[in-house]
Amino acid sequence: MSVRFIDEFRDGTLAGKLASGIAAAADPGRAYHLMEFCGGHTHAIFRYGVQDLLPQNVRLIHGPGCPVCVLPIPRVAHALQLASEHGVILCTYGDMLRVPGPELRTLLKAKARGADIRMVWSCLDALKIAQANPKREVVFFAIGFETTTPPTAVALSQAKALRLTNFSVHCNHVLTPPAIMGLLATEEHRSGAVPLDGFIGPAHVSAVIGSRAFEPFAERHRRPVVIAGFEPLDVMQSILMLIRQLNDGRAEVENEYTRVVSREGNVKAQAMMAEVFEVREAFEWRGLGDLPLSALKLREEYAAFDAERRFALRHEHVADNKACECPDILRGLKQPADCKLFATICTPENPIGSCMVSSEGACAAWYTYGRTRERRLAAV
Amino acid sequence: MNQIKRRYPRPLDLRQGRIDLGHGSGGRAMAQLIEELFEAQFDNPMLSQRNDQACFPVQAGRMVMTTDGFVISPLFFPGGDIGSLAVHGTINDVAMAGARPLYLACGMILEEGFPLADLRRIVASMAGAAKDAGVPIVTGDTKVVERGKGDGIFITTTGVGVVPDGVNIGADRARPGDAVLLSGSIGDHGTAVLSKRESLSFETEIVSDSAALHGLVAEMVAIVPGIHVMRDPTRGGLAALLNEIAVESGVGIIVRESAIPVVPAVQGACELLGLDPLYVANEGKLCAFCAPEDAERLLAVMSGHPLGRNAAIIGEVIEDDRSFVQMRTTLGGSRIVDWLAGEQLPRIC
Repeated sequence: MSVRFIDEFRDGTLAGKLASGIAAAADPGRAYHLMEFCGGHTHAIFRYGVQDLLPQNVRLIHGPGCPVCVLPIPRVAHALQLASEHGVILCTYGDMLRVPGPELRTLLKAKARGADIRMVWSCLDALKIAQANPKREVVFFAIGFETTTPPTAVALSQAKALRLTNFSVHCNHVLTPPAIMGLLATEEHRSGAVPLDGFIGPAHVSAVIGSRAFEPFAERHRRPVVIAGFEPLDVMQSILMLIRQLNDGRAEVENEYTRVVSREGNVKAQAMMAEVFEVREAFEWRGLGDLPLSALKLREEYAAFDAERRFALRHEHVADNKACECPDILRGLKQPADCKLFATICTPENPIGSCMVSSEGACAAWYTYGRTRERRLAAV
Repeated sequence: MNQIKRRYPRPLDLRQGRIDLGHGSGGRAMAQLIEELFEAQFDNPMLSQRNDQACFPVQAGRMVMTTDGFVISPLFFPGGDIGSLAVHGTINDVAMAGARPLYLACGMILEEGFPLADLRRIVASMAGAAKDAGVPIVTGDTKVVERGKGDGIFITTTGVGVVPDGVNIGADRARPGDAVLLSGSIGDHGTAVLSKRESLSFETEIVSDSAALHGLVAEMVAIVPGIHVMRDPTRGGLAALLNEIAVESGVGIIVRESAIPVVPAVQGACELLGLDPLYVANEGKLCAFCAPEDAERLLAVMSGHPLGRNAAIIGEVIEDDRSFVQMRTTLGGSRIVDWLAGEQLPRIC
């Protein structure tokens, strides 16, 4: 990868030109409420200070696109049960280790008490661990949107081909388009009490599912979507495109990220996913509740590799801390600074709510990069 | 060597041999390990006296003392190994007080089964680093732990040094208006080590920056004895260092992203791994804070030294009772540079 290539997408001069373009295009007589769905975009916006380059009437609302942030507590409890009670080697992505479950228990704390929990960079690493430990049960706790789903599918089909008997997957893969639909179905958004004018569409997710996956949504809900890359200039360009659509009264799916995303997406990856997974009737999202057709589970043919069927797992549900505003923050109804717990008892070192756990969560990004802007934005 | 050969029936098998519990028992096997490996390599008169301590005259003035444990994995990486790192790391901690390092002590914890060939390589590397730096290892200790109770080898080094008259460097001495200088590119060490991890291994030309900085420091304090703060950005990277100084001094710091040197290969590796170079460890860089009127002179002397060729003024100290470290991004926006929050980065120093 050439670095010059990356720097081009972070260039201050180009950013200045885009900022002028946005300022010229934005109609001072109205406000633009734009949601970036993806945590990757949230992270880029804060890390590069994109909001500083936007006019006051263009407001970015941080969406729920962070896999660990939307994982409901009963699923975290499953991970803890697998690791602590079933004696398995539990493999998962690093972000998962600090997600608070019931009684603020985390996998990290379980690990310190002796549970065998391994941080992996890919599901295929978990597969290798299973091969190296034939006498142990190895479970991959799978999280993520459509981006991390194809690697899990590959690992499962390899496990089947290898006839591994000690490997299984606890599947928490979720789907982006149903989540955006679910978001707009909430009362505040339906009534227009909290406006959401347009969406910055996901980058890597769209590379897999294609930009056309968002077409039914744009049409049905009359909201423009612009698929954007994760570099700050991508985000700015997509903001300009959204403002132009809104000015023209258009609600189309446009693609800013053409260097990676096509309308069809990665057909091979889609086929691989379809072979291994099927859509769940409903799945609980933290903050959004049960959303129909919003997640994946293993197909019958892969039942032997399904940790949910293989282990007797209890449904443990504990209500979130009442003062925690994560549900409203995930829906774009509130900002992190509106939460009483934010930066007082809820910090990245000691997260109470899920938005503070991952660096892609709105609260963590706000805390890590944006605390200086609290007062400035409060007025917007 | 003849004398040694006479004392022990067979020399250490430095090719095929392995550490066993006998090498830590206080018996003949341990004495042989010390003589044939440590003494032979470290080779200095104080160590050769074979006392349980090193004895040396004390100079008038202020002395500094520091200690550091090294638990890196993998033990060998591009640009160094745990041995050279253990020497450089402690010399640098002494030097960051503006001090001239005098002597090192070394404690080794070896795991049963550790290959003697690897141990020899590490000890030779330590000896070479100490010799190049002109700072002898004058006393030490060796322990052996059972298999499974250590990770091959852990090294602790302790260093002492003397501070020149008129030099008073401390983490609490940054003042609003101070210039912040960095001696070169960041992230080289951490990414070099990560590139050799089994779980990650990727091909790259990145080499650790591990180096002893006391020569550079000596030139810096000779020209600007009034340097306020000096520290090396090791664990937690430059971000941790800036936050530490901001808190200790009760000030804010603003840095410019565009002024902080990052070599292209490091930038590329960090992009792939999702790391921010600001948080990646360095072992041969330093950061100095000085009065604004001294900044250009200090930059000139740093740039003139081989270990400071890419030195740059990266920011300044401001008044801020919240002790925030802020960054002007290349994009033209601003953001906080926070402490590293519990990232699961493996051992790199």
